[in-house]
Amino acid sequence: MTDPTHIPADPHEETPLAPSAHRPSRWRAVWDGDLAWSFRRSPVALVAALVVLVMVLGAALAPLIAPYTPFDPASLNLFNGITPPFTANEFTGDYFLFGTDDQGRDVLSTILYGLRISLFVGVMAVLFAMLLGITLGLLAGYAGGWTDTVIMRVADVQLTFPSILVALLIFGVARGIVPIEHRADMAIWVLILAIGLSDWVQFARVVRGATLVQKDREYVQAARLIGRSNGAIMFRHILPNVLSPVLVIATISLALAIIAEATLSFLGVGAPPTQPSLGTLIRIGQDFLFSGEWWILFFPAMTLLALALSVNLLGDWLRDALNPRLR
Amino acid sequence: MTLLRLEDLSVTFPVARRGAWPWEAPDLLRAVTDVSLEVAAGETLGLVGESGSGKSTLARAVIGTIPASSGRVLWEGQDLAALSAGRRRRHRAEVQMVFQDPLAALNPRMTVGRAIAEPLQTHEPDASRDERRRRVGEVMEKVGLSPKLMDRYPHEFSGGQCQRVGIARALVLNPRLIVADEPVSALDVSVQAQVVNLMKRLVKDMGISLIFIAHDLSVVRNVSDRIAVMYLGRLMEVGPARPLIAAPAHPYTRALVEAVPVPDPARGAVRAAGLVEGDIPSPLSPPSGCVFRTRCPRARPDCADAPPALRPVRETEAACIHPIAEAAHA
Repeated sequence: MTDPTHIPADPHEETPLAPSAHRPSRWRAVWDGDLAWSFRRSPVALVAALVVLVMVLGAALAPLIAPYTPFDPASLNLFNGITPPFTANEFTGDYFLFGTDDQGRDVLSTILYGLRISLFVGVMAVLFAMLLGITLGLLAGYAGGWTDTVIMRVADVQLTFPSILVALLIFGVARGIVPIEHRADMAIWVLILAIGLSDWVQFARVVRGATLVQKDREYVQAARLIGRSNGAIMFRHILPNVLSPVLVIATISLALAIIAEATLSFLGVGAPPTQPSLGTLIRIGQDFLFSGEWWILFFPAMTLLALALSVNLLGDWLRDALNPRLR
Repeated sequence: MTLLRLEDLSVTFPVARRGAWPWEAPDLLRAVTDVSLEVAAGETLGLVGESGSGKSTLARAVIGTIPASSGRVLWEGQDLAALSAGRRRRHRAEVQMVFQDPLAALNPRMTVGRAIAEPLQTHEPDASRDERRRRVGEVMEKVGLSPKLMDRYPHEFSGGQCQRVGIARALVLNPRLIVADEPVSALDVSVQAQVVNLMKRLVKDMGISLIFIAHDLSVVRNVSDRIAVMYLGRLMEVGPARPLIAAPAHPYTRALVEAVPVPDPARGAVRAAGLVEGDIPSPLSPPSGCVFRTRCPRARPDCADAPPALRPVRETEAACIHPIAEAAHA
């Protein structure tokens, strides 16, 4: 009896009875649920969610809402180069909200397109890390014995390296394997692979820990007595019960993955200049910092900061909301 | 017809002592020792004993999840340990279990309907989705739950309703034996009787054998055709329910009978005089001879010599050198 409010009063149990006659719709139930309640009461979470939402929409709708097409050479006008923000260009009279770079690209538009790459790489990397980490964690926790030892020792060894180093290593190996003519196309996928592989460990650890707890619960023994296969027990019984901590880690991981992508791109091993992510934009902008064109660096960097911070704050809120001990 | 027969069944677990070196032999925990029992088709056997008397281990040996250390578990005359893979699968479907904590035995993230359908899914994978739903609905009605509740989650049910779900889950496959491991100990007293009566009725209607485990004689005596009393892994007394309770031959059975609360305080005071004191000894080093002698009010020096075998005393069989000769008072 985890929650006494859910037990219907039933003094005459011999008659079949319903806990309550009508059942609210699924959306209504989610909106009225504990999570939504704590969401509505947290101003930080609301603001963070709003920022993330605006950025995701901006990225998704970039071709529709971006004022210029920055990566179409035909539309670029060199006279527009290095226009300061919030002013019209003195030669052409074109207006650029966040200014332009030396090629005359609109910084706002490059940010919108850059967000697409950053978010895509971040989300895909986290999904990949989740898939890998959850599977290995479940396996380690459920099987135990040497399977557990091997998987978790590999994880421990990987944890002793900084994850950015692991990502660099994987990136380097992939560069060696992929032929030159495909490198630009593959860069994004190599990034996803590198960040995902450097990030699976925490998923595996958390899932393994939760699996060890769930494994000894009576419902798992019951399923085993019924004769369910190990795979069915792992994925149908245990997995749904270990997902809530995974959700928290996934959110915080997303912020880390976005930063990792920016770091790699800043170091010049990530997204190529033809498909710049926020990190690439920051690297390019850095060259102009000391000559006074601060806006080329400033706006992409602020966007990255706001995005990573908001996702992180959402993760913190989710952790507090899902952890009953802190409630 | 004998459905299940235990022949000198013993189950021991190796237990490593704290701080023991790896080459030291582990201690042996004797959970069940030399138990011989029979369960006929359609019969209900009550299994009673204190915590730690080996009831649950015995149940798990019957189901086949814990192997016998010595002796045999015979299912329809065939040794459980020697069954072919296919026959073993059938045995899994024919013997079902009802658990002590009904809520803990249900996956919190699985609807009740899916939980009940699970055995079907495993053992009759060819059944269609509609067919499964129909049978789940049928069995829910049988246990007194509306099939409308199929899509609810366990936390939306009360303890008694959860246990009905547990029973439905055990019944879907039309098993031949149900092992109920303290199915009502976690329930409110007011709900206990309902669940016990439900099980009693279902088992009689469907002709299923039942092993009903409890630590409390008052729960068992209403359901059982026969009762087996266990203490420290050994059988103390076996016999038909009525004479066993009315005239226990073993001092331990008598102590259990007298431990049943009596509504009349004047009579209760008289009865309390015969209660057993102290705790059950450790199964790591059981007493020599009769295991009950350390707490037995009738113990004599010769009780320490050898463990007594079951032998007929009046209408029951008791493992006692000095059984209670006279019929109990009352």
